[in-house]
Amino acid sequence: MNRIESTFRRLRANNEKALVGFVTAGDPDMEKSLSLVSSMCAAGLDMLELGVPFSDPTADGPIIQRSSLRALAAGINVGSVLEMIAALRPQSQVPIIVFSYYNPLLAYGAAVFHRDALDAGADGVLVVDLPPEESDEFTREWPDERLCLIRLTTPATSLERMEQITSSASGFIYHVSKLGVTGSAGLQFDEINLKVKALRSLTRLPVCVGFGISTPQHIASVAEMADGVVVGSAFESLIEQNVGREGLSDLLSARVAAFKRATLALS
Amino acid sequence: MNRGHLPSMMKAYKRLPDPAGHFGPFGGRYVSEALMPAILELEEAYCRISGDPSFQQQLSRLLQDFAGRPTPLFFAERLTSYVGGAAVYLKREDLAHTGAHKINNTLGQALLASRMGKRKLIAETGAGQHGVATACAAALFGMECRIFMGTEDIGRQSLNVQRMRMMGAQVIEVKSGSRTLKDAMNEAMRYWLEAVADTYYVIGSVAGPHPYPMMVRDFQKVIGEEVKHQMQRAAHRLPNALLACVGGGSNAMGLFYPFLEEDIELIGVEAAGKGIEKGEHAASIGEGRVGVLHGSKSYVLQNADGQIREAYSISAGLDYPGVGPEHAFLKGTGRARYVAVTDEEALSAFGLLCRLEGIIPALESSHALAWAMREARLRSKKDLLVVNLSGRGDKDLGVFSAGPNKSEEGKLK
Repeated sequence: MNRIESTFRRLRANNEKALVGFVTAGDPDMEKSLSLVSSMCAAGLDMLELGVPFSDPTADGPIIQRSSLRALAAGINVGSVLEMIAALRPQSQVPIIVFSYYNPLLAYGAAVFHRDALDAGADGVLVVDLPPEESDEFTREWPDERLCLIRLTTPATSLERMEQITSSASGFIYHVSKLGVTGSAGLQFDEINLKVKALRSLTRLPVCVGFGISTPQHIASVAEMADGVVVGSAFESLIEQNVGREGLSDLLSARVAAFKRATLALS
Repeated sequence: MNRGHLPSMMKAYKRLPDPAGHFGPFGGRYVSEALMPAILELEEAYCRISGDPSFQQQLSRLLQDFAGRPTPLFFAERLTSYVGGAAVYLKREDLAHTGAHKINNTLGQALLASRMGKRKLIAETGAGQHGVATACAAALFGMECRIFMGTEDIGRQSLNVQRMRMMGAQVIEVKSGSRTLKDAMNEAMRYWLEAVADTYYVIGSVAGPHPYPMMVRDFQKVIGEEVKHQMQRAAHRLPNALLACVGGGSNAMGLFYPFLEEDIELIGVEAAGKGIEKGEHAASIGEGRVGVLHGSKSYVLQNADGQIREAYSISAGLDYPGVGPEHAFLKGTGRARYVAVTDEEALSAFGLLCRLEGIIPALESSHALAWAMREARLRSKKDLLVVNLSGRGDKDLGVFSAGPNKSEEGKLK
């Protein structure tokens, strides 16, 4: 059983929902990022998404665009993201998903990435701009299924397309809460609920919901419907506002703890 | 060039892309899941609507009565005798309405958008020609229009910014990244993610996810089709070689496509900027590696980590680190040849055409012209070359305000 599966099994047994945190790897630099992420995991994060910075993040809003630029300025690439995962592993067994645009992975090489990601201790990969229509070229060189390929659904995904996506997904389904870039406002909880219910009718995989979720109230509402809640820009914005300050690590830990409490509020 | 093995493999060229949008190993649909339904809807609508004779009739009428087609094929006699070699013909896309070939595509896509029931257009623009042509089509069809344009390009193409605004478009300044075409396209895609339900994205080049490279090529192929007839009329035979500048590559694909299965040389001219060896250029096919940018797989200027490099060219329309996937395929098969021309060579060709023929070409087109002159010199006087004069250069006069380019003046006197 991989870490993703065992984590969701444990959470379900305890009647808990997963708090999933997204952070751009290497923001503001490798060493600080590692210590920030490590304290977030210690503070109660259930799953970590580590973003590979990309020069042209067309699905991201300004907060994650700027965090990518800071990480790129620090020289972060796919190799250093995997190094970071390897460095985290002795302290934490939370599932780790590599979150990337396709081109950096294509440059790294699909088969080499599969091997190195598993060696480093990664559990899955989510490729923003690699829909099922094109993903075969990426996964066909993988010798086994130990690395999960996480698939996305969105408010624009039809039932028919959901079926196609869930049939080739593994790990969990990442449902994008709203149309637009990361970090933008305007959640429609009724619509999210309908989509999550539709997904549940098609797959036994856990469903996590992300995009635009930034407050404990949002988290509590989404935790009622889904198996996990993904928070990204809200962490990144805290990092951005406090970069260089000593208390950042404590601030992030406190935010993680508060968000984790919000997932429990109604259970 | 590759004439020895051409005939056997030439037959399949015009059948591409395959149903999934691939040109051999290039092309495809590399977009986020949120855009997939829109891309699939567009493909279905394009295939259905473009097959409707009334759509083609309406588009032909617009191209003729509104855009001024056919554009002339002009024998550049003074330029030909100045160069002293092959005869140089100019396909005068600069005479199309709004001053470039871009109108062929925006009229086609706006007509498609209107038949799909979409009333809002968005577009990215570099030199501003695609932005102007989109703003123009939006005005003609009574649609809302937003144009994304990098700060750097707004500065060097201010005349086009004014033209877009005059026609009612909202010009949105893009301040991220290199502040040029690539970033304008990033921002247009981000906007589209949110507005995808009622907004049609008019991509201006043979780039982006399927079906754009195919669709834009289809709307631009009128250029090559006209050249075929016009060359027959003028010289009773087909030309020996066709030349066009390549940024994303729409004017080149439009010229090349009808000739893909003929035994005629195709030469695409990229921007070598300040010189390939200096690293400041926009020669994606010549110097790039296979990668994925803006929804399709093609040659991309990038570093070893797969981060996109910033392109550079004096010409805003060529200042792009990627290229359309069909060009990548034509290079791979050897069907077309791709070369590069520096800023300096392009400026020199620009000056020459102004003074020898009374035509002010766009800086983009001046790249194709510069290579055509080089090519003409090496060839027999019996050879016929066609250069796509893709746009007019009024927009570029600001580049000269820092001081006139004297390099060719002495030679001409």
